[in-house]
Amino acid sequence: MAEKILMKGNEAIAISAIRNGVDGYFGYPITPQSEVMETLMKEKPWETTGMTVLQAESETSSINMVYGGACTGKKVMTSSSSPGLSLMCEGISYLAGAELPCLIVNVMRGGPGLGTIQPSQSDYNQCVKGGGHGDYNAIVIAPASAQDMYDFVDWGFDLAFRHRTPVILLADGIVGQMMEKVELHDPKPRMTKEEIRAAAPWATTGKTSDRKYNIITSLALESDVQEKFNRKLQEKYRHICETEVKYTEYMTEDAEYLLVAFGCASRICEAVVDQLRSEGIKAGMLRPVTLFPFPSKRIAELSGQVKSMMSLELNMGQMVADVRLAVNGACPVGFYGRQGGNIFTPDEISEEFKKFNNLK
Amino acid sequence: MTIEDIKKHGDIVYRKTPLLTDTVMHYCPGCSHGTVHKLIAEVIEEMGIQQDTIAISPVGCSVFAYNYLNVDWEQAAHGRAPALATATKRLNPEKYVFTYQGDGDLASIGTAEIIHACSRGENIVVIFINNGIYGMTGGQMAPTTLLGMKTATTPYGRDAKLNGFPLVIAPMIAQLDGTAYITRQAVHTAPAARKAKAAIRKAFEYSQKGIGLSFVEIVATCNSGWKMSPVAANKWMVENMFPKYPLGDIKDVLKKE
Ligand SMILES: Cc1ncc(C[n+]2csc(CCOP(=O)(O)OP(=O)(O)O)c2C)c(N)n1
Ligand code: SF4
Ligand SMILES: [Mg+2]
Repeated sequence: MAEKILMKGNEAIAISAIRNGVDGYFGYPITPQSEVMETLMKEKPWETTGMTVLQAESETSSINMVYGGACTGKKVMTSSSSPGLSLMCEGISYLAGAELPCLIVNVMRGGPGLGTIQPSQSDYNQCVKGGGHGDYNAIVIAPASAQDMYDFVDWGFDLAFRHRTPVILLADGIVGQMMEKVELHDPKPRMTKEEIRAAAPWATTGKTSDRKYNIITSLALESDVQEKFNRKLQEKYRHICETEVKYTEYMTEDAEYLLVAFGCASRICEAVVDQLRSEGIKAGMLRPVTLFPFPSKRIAELSGQVKSMMSLELNMGQMVADVRLAVNGACPVGFYGRQGGNIFTPDEISEEFKKFNNLK
Repeated sequence: MTIEDIKKHGDIVYRKTPLLTDTVMHYCPGCSHGTVHKLIAEVIEEMGIQQDTIAISPVGCSVFAYNYLNVDWEQAAHGRAPALATATKRLNPEKYVFTYQGDGDLASIGTAEIIHACSRGENIVVIFINNGIYGMTGGQMAPTTLLGMKTATTPYGRDAKLNGFPLVIAPMIAQLDGTAYITRQAVHTAPAARKAKAAIRKAFEYSQKGIGLSFVEIVATCNSGWKMSPVAANKWMVENMFPKYPLGDIKDVLKKE
């Protein structure tokens, strides 16, 4: 039977990285995610799996270390929180432009500016819409539990290598700090040199006589070359949107009202659905698990079934724009959110929901 | 006599190393970048480490170094090459990893990355091309620009009050415990280029000894940016750059007194 251990979401990220054959972690301390690097340093994986762990001088450096490691075909990752993500945006744009796989964990806190160290979901736009310069997207996956934190590390690397793209694991302070039981799966070894050469023939593994030398770059000075590359990137994103969308539904079968929420907010909304149902109101919930690609198709379908939708977020209203785009006017879409580390209660949401829908 | 006859006599005095590609270089005639590329290529060939070398190019005129050297390349964001090199080397310790960076890249936007790579004692080689100017963006002031020197952003000459003083990197990082070998060279004459090549070779050799970072600064010309002929640029460099950036070894932890 698989081992079950009580741990914080942040610790789950670290333990999962070691157990899933990650080659390198590069990070810079910031609340509320510092336990990721602290746990790695305590576990000393360089003595067991050979994983490299390094505290960088800044998030600018850690993301560029990730870039360097990813160039060589290795599984590399970083973790940070909102202000750190801002510093990483140039690097993420380069990673997307050079089509490099990697995992970036953002345990969100409240902003803008130095903001608060309390949990928030206020980097939805930054992470889902690009954040850095240029026409790119990263795949964004949103955990809602410590178990998700553990599982999404391996899934994130799968996605990253399958599509040669950076993947952002978009968590929040609650999921990072909350302690829950986590089931550990069988460990995976790190890839061998031969496996890397086979899986990543593009990587900087050293020029051998059987191939031309490899160049990892995002530079394309000629307009036509740059445009052609961008069309190729868009094609890749379209493919990702067709094949990788993931969401969960709760009581949507006969739902007349839909709540949409991701991450920790989705767990609160489950309680809201139960509460509303007990009052005879047929509510249901959709939780996007991938934020890019967004479950637009399913939301569009449901917009024909329900009387209204409401997006519940720990921010001032970011994902709601994507819900409205998907709904395209087919039903009213409301929003309720809290910021600064304040977290809505089921009662509070229920009240706002009734106000929006003119229900007693 | 045909070329074949000459080859037969075994008295070839010069050949292009196969570590340099046949791509025509984009550098201005007289630019130091091309000469330094050739020296690095020859060192890699002579050491027989093509398969074990990973090179990292900067943002600057030498961003396209990857078109010329026949080894695997990573192209870094402006100033971040030492961060790439850090991870590349730590994850692949058997490889020779070097960065190639200009003065804007290394001494301005990338100061944090180079200082900390030095301080951590990363076992990499850094080739630092100090031409006292931003060549690629059209000749603006670099941190290394000399006082009084005219550039696109110091049209009346660099004034310490307005623009600060030239930043001298090599002695600064020589004080860090993580550096093993620090030298300043030039490539304006054949003897200078020979010395520079020996220094580059030593830096590559040191990088596999686990003793820290090796740093080869090349005081270089940017005749286009300086708005001089190649010959005049060499003369100006000797007369003006060398007094501020004197040539020679600054640190060598393996040298016995
Ligand atoms: C983040 C960022 N800022 C600015 C630039 C523009 N830029 C390109 S090259 C360069 C200066 C390069 O000068 P140097 O490193 O001295 O190299 P050189 O061309 O002189 O060899 C600058 C400022 C950029 N590409 N990226
Ligand atoms: S602008 Fe200067 S550094 Fe750039 S290629 Fe020309 S001479 Fe060389
Ligand atoms: Mg320069």
